[in-house]
Amino acid sequence: MYEQIARNKWRSFFLILFFLCLIFALSWVFGELTGLGPHGLVIAVIIAVAMTFGSYYASDKIVLAISRAKPVKKEDYPYLYNVVEGLTIAAGLPKLRCYIIDDTAPNAFASGRNPKNSVIVVTKGLLEKLNRTELEGVIAHEMSHIKNYDILVQTLAVVMIGIVALLSDWILRTLFWGRGRRRSDSKGRGGAEIFIVVGLVLAVLSPMIAQLLRLAISRKREFLADANGAFLTRYPPGLASALKKLAADREPLEAANKATAHLYIVNPLKDFKGKVNKLFSTHPPVEERIAALEKM
Amino acid sequence: MGFALLPIIVIVVFLILVIGIYNSLVLLRNRCSNAWAQVDVQLRRRYDLIPNLVETVKGYAKHERETFENVTEARSKAINAGTVKEQGEAENMLTGALKSLFAVVENYPDLKANQNFLMLQEELAGTEGKIAYARQFYNDLVMKFSTKQQVFPSNIIAGMFNFKLRDYFEIEEPEARAPVEVKF
Repeated sequence: MYEQIARNKWRSFFLILFFLCLIFALSWVFGELTGLGPHGLVIAVIIAVAMTFGSYYASDKIVLAISRAKPVKKEDYPYLYNVVEGLTIAAGLPKLRCYIIDDTAPNAFASGRNPKNSVIVVTKGLLEKLNRTELEGVIAHEMSHIKNYDILVQTLAVVMIGIVALLSDWILRTLFWGRGRRRSDSKGRGGAEIFIVVGLVLAVLSPMIAQLLRLAISRKREFLADANGAFLTRYPPGLASALKKLAADREPLEAANKATAHLYIVNPLKDFKGKVNKLFSTHPPVEERIAALEKM
Repeated sequence: MGFALLPIIVIVVFLILVIGIYNSLVLLRNRCSNAWAQVDVQLRRRYDLIPNLVETVKGYAKHERETFENVTEARSKAINAGTVKEQGEAENMLTGALKSLFAVVENYPDLKANQNFLMLQEELAGTEGKIAYARQFYNDLVMKFSTKQQVFPSNIIAGMFNFKLRDYFEIEEPEARAPVEVKF
């Protein structure tokens, strides 16, 4: 368990590091091409952060509204609250609000910018189809997302995609409208052609690389949440059994769409099979997750 | 002038590090104490639930007096327990008495369907889970605290300021480790 936790933490760290290197490469090329230097990066960061952080701060409210989740009280759902409260004690988290989605498809997610503002959302189907141990496994997984600040990590990834997209766009515009060449002429730089080529390649490929990176980060965080969740309950078979049941139940969740699919414990939309599809998935394949849990 | 500054910076940085380590040891120690107290909060909740449970069952199974007395007696013993050992023994007695009580309930289908009883049973099951998780959390903190006291360089600070290792919460009776058998 400890090894898997450490391994996934390192992998997501290195992915983020690689992401940062990509951004620096782009901003350097941009700086060279336009003579604006680091200003391009600064502006891109400001814009991307401004665009993303509004949604980050209201992340719990936005997601709840989109998913049509309804808040529930302890009196109405004592079973759910008891399970959640037990696990918040084990995790050392403050009390969490619980929400229910009225759908028979079993699924769950957690959202919120920090533990104090976090929520746990489950579908009615989940409560009906899983037993107590399995439910604990699923909720422990979601709680691990909260404890690991995964919403923040995902938001950072989205910000970085934004920065990459902006810088790539500006590089392409600079190349096509030729402003850069004027500067290189006045300074007599011969190496401008290399920057043009490099800039073009980077600008075209970077947005896609950035998306792939974000998806890779998301998958590693899912493995990490599985490992941390198993650690919370000290009972990996609980979550493994739940995942098996969830994988078998292929009923699509009506309230989910592409924007929120990455938050759920299993992909609520389609099942991704095949190597290329795996790269574009926010979640690792269920078989791999179950195998990792059984190895603990 | 520059040479005189360097040792001062080194000493200041060193002091900051020492203070940082000392403070984190204090923080961990207080977290352990807090977690231990939280276990008691859950145990208390369990004690508070029991009289209600006994009354509900009594409403349907008036003649099972011995079972009720066992539960009530075990509960008082647990509340009044002094040392950790005494409390552990009393807790085990209480768990056993509760098991007998739930076994009795099996004979009364009306009782099993009673809303109040079901609610109490769920609360009790939830509380048992919380007691276990609270103890687990305490043990996790003790591990962090012990590790910090033993690794270098914080072990030096821990030794200097006399930090003591805390005990893990452990089950003492071998019977409690045996799997629970429910016989009807």
